[in-house]
Amino acid sequence: MNWLSQNLHIVGQLLADHMVLSIPPIVLSLLISVPLGRLAAGSRRLRTPLLTGTGLLYAIPSLPLFIIIPAVFGFSLRSPATMITALTLYGCALLVRGAADAFASVPQEVRLAAAATGHSPWGMFWKVELPLAGPVLLSSLRVVTVSTVSLVTVGAVIGISSLGTLFTDGFQRNIDASIVTGIVLTVVVAFVLDAVCVLGARIAMPWRRAVSRA
Amino acid sequence: MIEFDAVRKEYPDGTVAVERFSLAIPSHRVVALVGSSGSGKTTLLRMVNRMVDPTEGSVRIDDVDVRSMDRVRLRRSIGYVLQAGGLLPHRTVADNVATVPVLEGRGRRQARAEALGLLERVGLDTALADRYPAQLSGGQQQRVGVARALAADPNILLMDEPFGAVDPIVRDQLQQEMRALQADIGKTIVFVTHDIDEAFALGDEVVVLRTGAEVAQRGTPAEILANPADEFVASFVGAGTARRTLRIREVDGRDVVVDGDDRPTGVLER
Repeated sequence: MNWLSQNLHIVGQLLADHMVLSIPPIVLSLLISVPLGRLAAGSRRLRTPLLTGTGLLYAIPSLPLFIIIPAVFGFSLRSPATMITALTLYGCALLVRGAADAFASVPQEVRLAAAATGHSPWGMFWKVELPLAGPVLLSSLRVVTVSTVSLVTVGAVIGISSLGTLFTDGFQRNIDASIVTGIVLTVVVAFVLDAVCVLGARIAMPWRRAVSRA
Repeated sequence: MIEFDAVRKEYPDGTVAVERFSLAIPSHRVVALVGSSGSGKTTLLRMVNRMVDPTEGSVRIDDVDVRSMDRVRLRRSIGYVLQAGGLLPHRTVADNVATVPVLEGRGRRQARAEALGLLERVGLDTALADRYPAQLSGGQQQRVGVARALAADPNILLMDEPFGAVDPIVRDQLQQEMRALQADIGKTIVFVTHDIDEAFALGDEVVVLRTGAEVAQRGTPAEILANPADEFVASFVGAGTARRTLRIREVDGRDVVVDGDDRPTGVLER
């Protein structure tokens, strides 16, 4: 506790860094995966290449990825952009399949009813498919959220500062309090962001609660 | 008037749903397409609002080929009632009813007010307006489905097994209400069903279909009952069965109608 009170400023800065590194990849992978997942769910020809292709991204070990991304995109090795790009790729690896499953879960008779009442293809996507894919999409998004928050810590190894820096630093300088603080705060961040997802979904999908009460 | 002109539907896998079908449906009439599964009846219905495009032939509404119309606009101009209502599970009852007016750009408040009026029209309590479809009974969902189909005040209503998913008592009640409603609104209604009793209960005219939408007989319910065209129609309508062969027996000075098993079904009024 003594260590923490003396280092509150640094811990606060690392917490903020951690947020800045976690939230963009979660949002970006959602934005990228939803259209790709919709494509995969809607086309038998695209399904396999899209799902296998994005799924394979997860097989790339993270440290080489941190080297490849700066080389390909021209970021500097330690830039947050490198981290954000890597985590977005990992997020997509999980979410594209999740989104494809989510869109496939929309009942065929509901699509039919929506088409019969004169929804245009766009209207169908925004007003019918996306909301009804919501519940399944949410469960994948929660996995991605929590895993992204924990993966951010890996960046500390190559010097991208985050709560992970508290582990690397704590190990090198033998400060147990630093390691514990890093772990606890990472878990707290994961919990909080997960709660934000759940809460957001509850607001966006009011029918789910109403129906489960019935 | 809706005209099917020698329509044929063959799917890419070679299945022929509709062989060759022609029919003119006069305005303000209720026509039932009745047949068992595989008769192509639903395919025919869907040709009217271009959910299915025929491989050959054409469908015309008031002399305009539906192929020349924009699908989305065409569908908004035609009411469609699906089995079990076909409601959108994530929208409230009022929002479901207001679907087409809102798609057409009507203000939410006005659309809602109109939706409440339509709910009353189909015999639903407006207190249900803010519920979700899953919170309603099957019969209530069907009514909402009818209200939604009427929301844009279309000239044509298409109904696909409209009352198939509810129990017999509710179905009878819905059929009676549908007749009362139609007496009032006078739409051109095409509906498909596998249930000949429903076809007789609602149709001004009934078209009995064989496999591949071949017309076995077309006529008023009375004509078909009086004179089934062939064996197929006779067995489809149950001609000759106890239920369809009624006799009169005098009981206490009144004429009681009994069926072939001597079971009373009603009293004859003269």
